[in-house]
Amino acid sequence: MKRCTGACARTEGEAEMNPKQKKNLVRILAAGLMTVALHFLPVTGLLRFLLYMLPYGIAGYDILFKAICGIKNRQPLDECLLMTVATAGAIVLALYQRSGDYVEAIAVMLFYQIGEWFQSFAVGKSRKSIAELMDIAPDYANVETENGQLEQVDPDEVAVGTIIVIRPGERVPIDGVVVSGTSSLNTAALTGESVPRDVAEDDEIFSGCINLSGLLRVQTSKEFGESTASKVLELIEDASLHKSRSESFISKFARIYTPAVVGAALALALIPPIVLLLTGSKPLWGTWIYRALTFLVISCPCALVVSIPLSFFAGLGAASRQGVLIKGSNYLELLSETRTVVFDKTGTLTRGVFEVTAVHPDNMDEKQLLHLAAHVERYSRHPIAASLRAAYPNEADNCSVENIVEIAGHGITANVNGDTVAVGNGRLMDRVGAVWRSCHKDGTILHVAINGAYAGHIVISDVIKPHSALAIRELRRNGMEQAVMLTGDGKAVAEGVAAELGIDRVYSELLPQDKVAKVEELLAERETKREKLAFVGDGMNDAPVLARADVGIAMGGIGSDAAIEAADIVLMDDDPLKISTAVRISGKCLRIVRENIFFAIGIKLICLILGAFGISNMWFAIFADVGVMVLAVLNAIRCIHIQ
Amino acid sequence: MKKSYKIDVDCAACADKMEVAAGKTPGVKSASVNFMALKMKVEFEDGADPASVMQEVRKNCKKIESDCEVFL
Repeated sequence: MKRCTGACARTEGEAEMNPKQKKNLVRILAAGLMTVALHFLPVTGLLRFLLYMLPYGIAGYDILFKAICGIKNRQPLDECLLMTVATAGAIVLALYQRSGDYVEAIAVMLFYQIGEWFQSFAVGKSRKSIAELMDIAPDYANVETENGQLEQVDPDEVAVGTIIVIRPGERVPIDGVVVSGTSSLNTAALTGESVPRDVAEDDEIFSGCINLSGLLRVQTSKEFGESTASKVLELIEDASLHKSRSESFISKFARIYTPAVVGAALALALIPPIVLLLTGSKPLWGTWIYRALTFLVISCPCALVVSIPLSFFAGLGAASRQGVLIKGSNYLELLSETRTVVFDKTGTLTRGVFEVTAVHPDNMDEKQLLHLAAHVERYSRHPIAASLRAAYPNEADNCSVENIVEIAGHGITANVNGDTVAVGNGRLMDRVGAVWRSCHKDGTILHVAINGAYAGHIVISDVIKPHSALAIRELRRNGMEQAVMLTGDGKAVAEGVAAELGIDRVYSELLPQDKVAKVEELLAERETKREKLAFVGDGMNDAPVLARADVGIAMGGIGSDAAIEAADIVLMDDDPLKISTAVRISGKCLRIVRENIFFAIGIKLICLILGAFGISNMWFAIFADVGVMVLAVLNAIRCIHIQ
Repeated sequence: MKKSYKIDVDCAACADKMEVAAGKTPGVKSASVNFMALKMKVEFEDGADPASVMQEVRKNCKKIESDCEVFL
């Protein structure tokens, strides 16, 4: 899926290379052509040397310059210095042996530059494609002036409470509440969800969404810097603070790699000739020094280093395109090793919204029972009352509802059209003297009595999200071994939900603090520390659990600062299927990272060994070195395209 | 106090070196370079003056990699 408009296709065609890259490409081509031309020129001696120094200089003058800087700043193991020593050494050997073969030194310089150029081009290109993905913060807001004109201003300067106007096709710059107008919003940039969301008056809208159809007047509720789009961008840019083990490994490796190779090169240049000399044979200085110089050609760790952060960056980009924000590449790594996933029930696997799921009247029809109950709960702020009103939307008819009395822990009584109606739990029924019966269904049971006589009950329960079962099946396919559910709800309800979703273990009737203890138990239970545990919650009052788990995943991050703050991974919408998406992306990304580490280090080692035995020459070494880098970079770029 | 700076550097290994160089600069508590985002995040020690510390950070980075830039 490529979200590319005409404008972006045009820029892709034009400004592919930055000026530096263009200049370097010209240098590479010029030096290459010149070398080929010189090959057909029958010159010898000093003139030949001087002529060949021209392409060498064109290809490598910046390397030579940097090498001198390296010496001045006491950076003896600077890559440029090593490249200079290797190529200059090859030239000196060619002069000394009177072979006149300067092409090797030029080729090494040239291929090194080609490698650098390719790397810079590839990195620049993926940087751009990810930047496009992150291009969610608009650079202006339309503010209405006193005479009703629209003025474009910097969103940073818009104060909280200002009325801004968002025209169709524009991006929402700042979080706010719709004052007038209706429209549908494309939230894909934030959530990865392609179905537009309808908004009307009093709805909250978030920056980064695109207004599709109608004109919206919005009162801002946050500053630009605190708005969703800015927060999301900040989070992605800060991801470097949490480096993965692979990244730390490779930067440590890079730090010892160069000195080690240089040490080996020195040893190779000195030890064998001295040993040969001592044993009375010819020392063969030239051969061994040449082999040592081959070592220096592959001493630059850049190829190795670049592909790892590139893979992670691309992986994080791919995830955020799906509406999954990962706060650091270490979490991507941990996610790929997750074997136990602990779910909070309410708001995570279920919608956390209570709905009337059954109505069991005794001697009237279902509508009548709902009608009465909705009247009694007319003014209650309890979530149960809201769900009753939702089930009976035309509650405000001309029935008279008087004397509403709320009895804490029991329910509500009221006079409806002259009858005393009681709506509440079993205790309320006992209190009004009604003979009630329990229900076979799970959920909250709301009994209704009219003038002390039992009239039936209404079952209200939480509804399972449509993707929950599929999400758990998908997670199992992607390496999850155990699904655990924690909930504060009763045992019967919890086990019903768990059975329906295929959850392995359930812990019910937990208080919030018990959840931390349970997660700690589960953490202690694992056989090895390598099997990670992830906790998925909705970010509401489960911050301690999110923090305690190896990976804390919060759902419904859009608009919820608490969730964004507490979690390691934030799912922008509340679709549980996104958890398995994140796990799949992490698995693929980590596989690519491992491939690159083994492949790059492996090829370098083989080159070193072949070089030491004189089987490979400088040509081969630089070919292998640049080749492995190109392949590693191309492999890393695959991470962007993980769906 | 933490601050974020834009940087420019060509290779990933050099970015790592910049991170080390910046981290060793007096007044810097910790520094982290994001090569892909071209950002350097610096946490300063208490009482350090970011402006003057960053001048030093820039100088130290230039020392190890003449081709890099820290935009202050």
